[in-house]
Amino acid sequence: MEICELTAHKLHNLLTSKEIRAEEVCLAVFKRINQVEDKVKAYLSLVREEALEKARAVDRKIDRGEAISPLAGIPVALKDNLCTKGLKTTCASKILYNFVPPYNATVVDKLRQEDAVITGKTNMDEFAMGSSTENSAFQKTCNPWSLDCVPGGSSGGSAAAVAAGEAICALGSDTGGSIRQPAAFCGVVGMKPTYGTVSRYGLVAFASSLDQIGPFARDVTDCALMLNAISGHDSMDSTSVPTELPDYRNALVEDIDGFRIGVPAEYFAAGLDDRVRRVIEEAITVLEQRGARVEETTLPHTEYALSTYYIIAPAEASSNLARYDGVRYGYRVEEAEDVVDMFSRTRSRGFGAEVKRRVMLGTYALSAGYYDAYYLKALKVRTLIRRDFERAFEKFDFLISPTTPSTAFRFGEKVDDPLTMYLSDVFTLAVNLAGLPGVSIPAGFVDGMPVGLQLIGKPFSESTLLRAAYTFEQSTAHHLKRPPLTGEVK
Amino acid sequence: MTRYEPVIGLEVHVELQTASKIFCHSSTAFGGDPNNHVCPVCLGLPGTLPVLNRNVVEAAIMVGLSLNCSVARFCKFDRKHYFYPDLPKNYQISQYDLPIAYDGYLDVEDEDGQPVRIGITRVHMEEDAGKLLHQGTIATTPYSLVDYNRTGVPLLEIVSEPDMRSPQEARAYLDKLKTIIQYTGVSDCRMEEGSLRCDANVSVRVRGSDTFGTKTEIKNMNSFRALQKAVQYEIERQIECLETGERIVQETRTWDETRGVTLSMRSKEEAHDYRYFPEPDLVPIVISPLWIEEITQQLPELPDARCCRYMDAYKLPAYDAGVLTSSKELGNYFEECVSLYPQPKTVSNWLMGELLRLLNDTNSEIGEARVRPAQLAGMLALIDKGTISGKLAKEVFEEMFRTGKDAQAVVKEKGLEQISDEASINAVIEQVIADHPGPVSDYRAGKERALGFMVGQVMKLTRGKANPGLVNRLLKDRLG
Amino acid sequence: MLSREVVDHVALLARLELSEEEKERYASQLADILEYAERLQELDTEDVIPTAHVLPLQNVFRHDTVGQHLPSEETLANAPDREDNCFKVPRII
Repeated sequence: MEICELTAHKLHNLLTSKEIRAEEVCLAVFKRINQVEDKVKAYLSLVREEALEKARAVDRKIDRGEAISPLAGIPVALKDNLCTKGLKTTCASKILYNFVPPYNATVVDKLRQEDAVITGKTNMDEFAMGSSTENSAFQKTCNPWSLDCVPGGSSGGSAAAVAAGEAICALGSDTGGSIRQPAAFCGVVGMKPTYGTVSRYGLVAFASSLDQIGPFARDVTDCALMLNAISGHDSMDSTSVPTELPDYRNALVEDIDGFRIGVPAEYFAAGLDDRVRRVIEEAITVLEQRGARVEETTLPHTEYALSTYYIIAPAEASSNLARYDGVRYGYRVEEAEDVVDMFSRTRSRGFGAEVKRRVMLGTYALSAGYYDAYYLKALKVRTLIRRDFERAFEKFDFLISPTTPSTAFRFGEKVDDPLTMYLSDVFTLAVNLAGLPGVSIPAGFVDGMPVGLQLIGKPFSESTLLRAAYTFEQSTAHHLKRPPLTGEVK
Repeated sequence: MTRYEPVIGLEVHVELQTASKIFCHSSTAFGGDPNNHVCPVCLGLPGTLPVLNRNVVEAAIMVGLSLNCSVARFCKFDRKHYFYPDLPKNYQISQYDLPIAYDGYLDVEDEDGQPVRIGITRVHMEEDAGKLLHQGTIATTPYSLVDYNRTGVPLLEIVSEPDMRSPQEARAYLDKLKTIIQYTGVSDCRMEEGSLRCDANVSVRVRGSDTFGTKTEIKNMNSFRALQKAVQYEIERQIECLETGERIVQETRTWDETRGVTLSMRSKEEAHDYRYFPEPDLVPIVISPLWIEEITQQLPELPDARCCRYMDAYKLPAYDAGVLTSSKELGNYFEECVSLYPQPKTVSNWLMGELLRLLNDTNSEIGEARVRPAQLAGMLALIDKGTISGKLAKEVFEEMFRTGKDAQAVVKEKGLEQISDEASINAVIEQVIADHPGPVSDYRAGKERALGFMVGQVMKLTRGKANPGLVNRLLKDRLG
Repeated sequence: MLSREVVDHVALLARLELSEEEKERYASQLADILEYAERLQELDTEDVIPTAHVLPLQNVFRHDTVGQHLPSEETLANAPDREDNCFKVPRII
């Protein structure tokens, strides 16, 4: 396996045993980027020189005999909705095409403190609205397993970069499945932590009550290392939990004997690709063989999750995106007659179709006369959806399901039909509505395309999820496969 | 006016004097260059989040308590949406359906001195917007400049019930509200500087009616006088509309100070639809009875209670007590004087007569007065000792007010010390007798009035400094 | 289909200047999504407390201390138009 295809924990061992230098690792990743980025188009911007400089600084630390942190010298890619001081942060939107934040997101500072090497900013659906990364204003990212398929979204660039060896790990954000769904499509591990585990400060908001930052990695161990680095209380985020969080490395235990696992019947209903179903059923067998007790359960309000989500998320988005008006930063139309004209034309030309659609939808749902019927109603159904999970967790340690109803779809397949596109998030978005942790891990393949297994836990049970995921991973070899980077490029 | 009854309610915004803004660590200080007191949070940069300043909550609770409100056990923030370039996020973080305090009141007097209770609907917390700078007026400027220093400065909005029935009452309410808030110390409430802002909802109805007429909202009143004048104007305008059968339009009107009229603001092209929803970036506030109790303990004595105490403990007339407690600092000044010179009515007379007149003449405030309470007490003691006459004391006090010097020093410098030395006075008396033989013989002939003339002459020659009682006695002795 | 008046009103509230084609498209797409969302009305939520926050957090405060301000060059660096340390905007009315 090439250097750029190794895991962070393996690279860490090679670094500390001085079998490799951080600069070599960084050069290997940038070499891969040079080779494949034309095909994959995972990145919106790259910071090669800064990355190499940082890598050399890590090498100096090692030379001085200093202890290094687990992510020191590890090339990490950042989704382009995470603010980076002095480095363009566009959210893949024309309206922020030239925005250079004067501050770092808390997670970026945390990664820097760990001496991680930031490679660049990855492509995404504009403002994280989408499930295919096709809504980027700048480029389409391709799925490394088949270049004519989408990488999923909205964190498609981060998922594809990790899958293709263009980064060792990456950060994304997950509002309705935007980490787990592309992780499943690209055959990597992707985790959305419990709401409040990772500071949202510096994450450009899409839907504030649903957004959470999380890691992409090649295996569960790397995922735990990334989560260790980015989680924890932040006084800049009022919704960040003030409690002490565990060291997630302690969860990497190969033992799920006696674990009770629930399989929600609704997640195996119509709409699920049969071949995906079979892969998940095999995965269930593996878990049972490791001593887990797997039983069917029910989440009766599942069928309402999509509607609930598509009221709440656009409503919050319409508010969060009000600030893009051409006054303080970003794009502004030329020669406006007055402020109203400037605002309206700036926003119309700066935002893409999906963003405008959701802003319209959210504005409508919050407007006088409709608030109670849509927004308030959705908040109430959100309570019912939470209660479903609470009830299930009385009996089960965690739940499992497919991450997505199908494997990665082809470009253009769903882009003109918003509802069909939204349905590709149907298994992931209830987790955000309930604020729960969810992880997608490689579970097998259908026609050479990866399938993701989703594990859903109680609030703050990331350790349980990682332990189960780790046990599954150690019992299978799906995570060891690397994508061919072939397929018809569109 | 007699057939109609005005109905007035006020919406008052008060800027809180915290060190930092409501949701970030930027300073609330005024002045300096534009956009120099901002950070990513108050600029509303993408990705930033608000974190609530605890002192804002405590100030809001304190104001709520001082206005006899119930304090909410549970409250939250909401987003209020409207696009305007001075609003960095194009929404304002405010409180919608669950304000921090509600259902209060304050007492004022109507024109006839009768007590009136004005209901307070709610007190809520919110963030201020920035400032737009125009060349000339907003209507004629070719472009505008935006300064975000003020964005995020904490505000309390205090909404009254429509309980006021005259412009005077509205002014009295605002006056009282200002005094109470100044007493709590959470704001300086300077209307000229914008730390106190007031909008008025005005309607009129036929006296005796129990329904409200169509109301208009009056903005841009920058002083207490402007409030009274604008409301007066608007009442008259609405009555005239009713009389002439014209329809009153529910609208926002702006007070034009120079023309003395209210003008319809160009009607907005959209109906207001603020699309309030709970602020997801802030968590709810739960206020325990213990917390309320702690703040109640910190609550200073408020003007009404202090006024009663002045009448009770100092035996001051209601009028004096009212004036002296109308500002916290004046009351403090008074109490410090009385502690040094325990004759409350004398002190009150000097403060209400001389000190307030001089402050008014110089357009300054009590806090700026150079003459301090100890100095006034010292001067009053000099009068008692006979060092200066009561009449000269006013001159001495003016000089003290002007220079900040002690009474003793002023008296000495200006040679105003009273002459009580018999030999010196006798010498002057001798001269007066020599100069005015006529009156001398008149007096001796039994014309008592002539003595007054002679005393006057002695006072004149001593430039008022001779002790008049002594002059009187010595003259009588000499002539008798 | 949403009526043209509703689409125009919502676009104005959202400060979006939409083309005729966009108005048509959004009118039908929003109607589809809203129709789909209609299924929420099947549920009886009379006594259900709405979930605005998933976390049971309350009373998160900061101390009233003044921190670092942005240097004005950084404050204005991203401004599309500026003058005298201010953000410059076209006429308001």
